[in-house]
Amino acid sequence: MLRLADLGKTYPNGVEALAHVSLDIPQGEIVAFVGGSGCGKTTMLRLIAGLESPTSGRIELDGETLAGPHPSVGVVFQEPRLLPWLTVAQNIGFGLGGLAKAEREQRVEEALLRVGLAGYGDRWPRELSGGQAQRVAIVRALVARPKVLLLDEPFSALDAFTRASLHEHLLGLWEANKPTLLIVTHDVDEAATLADRVIVLQPKPGRIFAEPALGLTRPRDKVGHEFADAKRRILAALDGSLQATPAAGKTPEIAGAWW
Amino acid sequence: MASDVTIASPPDAARNPRGVGARRVPSPRALIGFIIPLTFAVAYEAAFRAGLVEARLLPPPSRVLKTLADLAASGELFAHARATLLRVAAGFALGGAAAILVGAATGSSAFARRLLDPTLQALRAVPSLAWVPLFIMWFGIFEESKVALIAVGVFFPVYLGVMGAIASVDRKIVEVGRVFRLSRVAMARRILLPAITPDVVIALRSGLGLGFMFVVAAELMGASEGLGYLLLDGQQLGKADQIVAALIAFAVLGKICDGLFAAAARPLLRWQDSFARVSAEGEG
Repeated sequence: MLRLADLGKTYPNGVEALAHVSLDIPQGEIVAFVGGSGCGKTTMLRLIAGLESPTSGRIELDGETLAGPHPSVGVVFQEPRLLPWLTVAQNIGFGLGGLAKAEREQRVEEALLRVGLAGYGDRWPRELSGGQAQRVAIVRALVARPKVLLLDEPFSALDAFTRASLHEHLLGLWEANKPTLLIVTHDVDEAATLADRVIVLQPKPGRIFAEPALGLTRPRDKVGHEFADAKRRILAALDGSLQATPAAGKTPEIAGAWW
Repeated sequence: MASDVTIASPPDAARNPRGVGARRVPSPRALIGFIIPLTFAVAYEAAFRAGLVEARLLPPPSRVLKTLADLAASGELFAHARATLLRVAAGFALGGAAAILVGAATGSSAFARRLLDPTLQALRAVPSLAWVPLFIMWFGIFEESKVALIAVGVFFPVYLGVMGAIASVDRKIVEVGRVFRLSRVAMARRILLPAITPDVVIALRSGLGLGFMFVVAAELMGASEGLGYLLLDGQQLGKADQIVAALIAFAVLGKICDGLFAAAARPLLRWQDSFARVSAEGEG
């Protein structure tokens, strides 16, 4: 269980990025956070990752308060952020320094196989396409078998086909160990494809606005009307979150299109 | 559900700005560069043979080659080149090592930068050759003052390069290290060091080029051996062929040293797209 208790973050320059966020996330759940810009999505992930510390509230994982980066929490950034001087295999094994060599190599091999990159272990990151690099970044975070994986708009730089294939890869990886996944995304379709729960955030300060019900089962039928309905409910909640913010000043029709 | 279908995505060219023009094997086009010097050499030789030019100020290629061959045969060329190389090596090692240590300190610690950088920048504003009178007073007219001058010349470009390299390490890559909970030492060894290596290699190569520049200055100011002495000796005796021979020896030696250094560094930079990109740096 990942628990966010009254989490808040105010930056030294006075910007209140996140305020009073409380959320309980059972182990193994996939949660998507959507919202307009400035709603604190990325700040929230950085707090959970331990890259920044909250100014109020707490983050608990199975009862343990998180302070700083934690071995049970993995992170996938918007860019792959592979280390260019390490081969693909070395990148994947980067966080496995504590394991015996044989065990480490076996896990790396397994990981490469699982994301369809068997035989790519000796390549340099620069030889990979954007989608391949992001797959490596995902398994790099997952080989250490974290309980929680944080993904910050991980597919936003990829084209639609690559994104769809990565959704499949991600769900496949998730099924193996069922870590909790927290995904920040701009993409309503992505949220509906991946998530068990969608949390819509509201800007200024960033806070939870709504949690529209999805009513979907796995595997997702992306052409069925349930899927379309779920997307519509997410969009409606997003529109609501922006209307509730006078500063945003967008009409509902446009609002659906601009994040 | 895991899918075995991999949708090929387009190569992400934007990630590899250095990939452009990466070519290891020299093509025949590289020989174009020889046209002008070879044409000039042949034309000058022909003009000399025809009695059109006087050889006292600029000797013809044949005579320069003969001088070079004589110097090499007598062992003089080797002795002079060795003396010069030893000076450059000592000055480069001293100046380069000091620059890496100080640059690492000012690059990684804001306190060290505030403390040291203003002083060093002020010293950098002193033209290196201006130190010569003081160095001669301090270290005498023999090897020590020459090595000190070369070390000072090497120090500043390497210092700036190392400090800049550390200061500009991508914060995003450092965050990867933080997510994996690297200790300070592990962060330096596994993230910072490899990240700055390409810039440090370039800085050291330009430092090496400056080392050759300053060894000439040091030897022109008084030496009993070294390629710079060969230059001075040629000037005093009016032997233009010896001067040109020494110039050629400098060019060849500098190029060989830079090439050896680049080759030694290449295994460290295998991951980079292009080494050709930086090979134009050097003699500064």
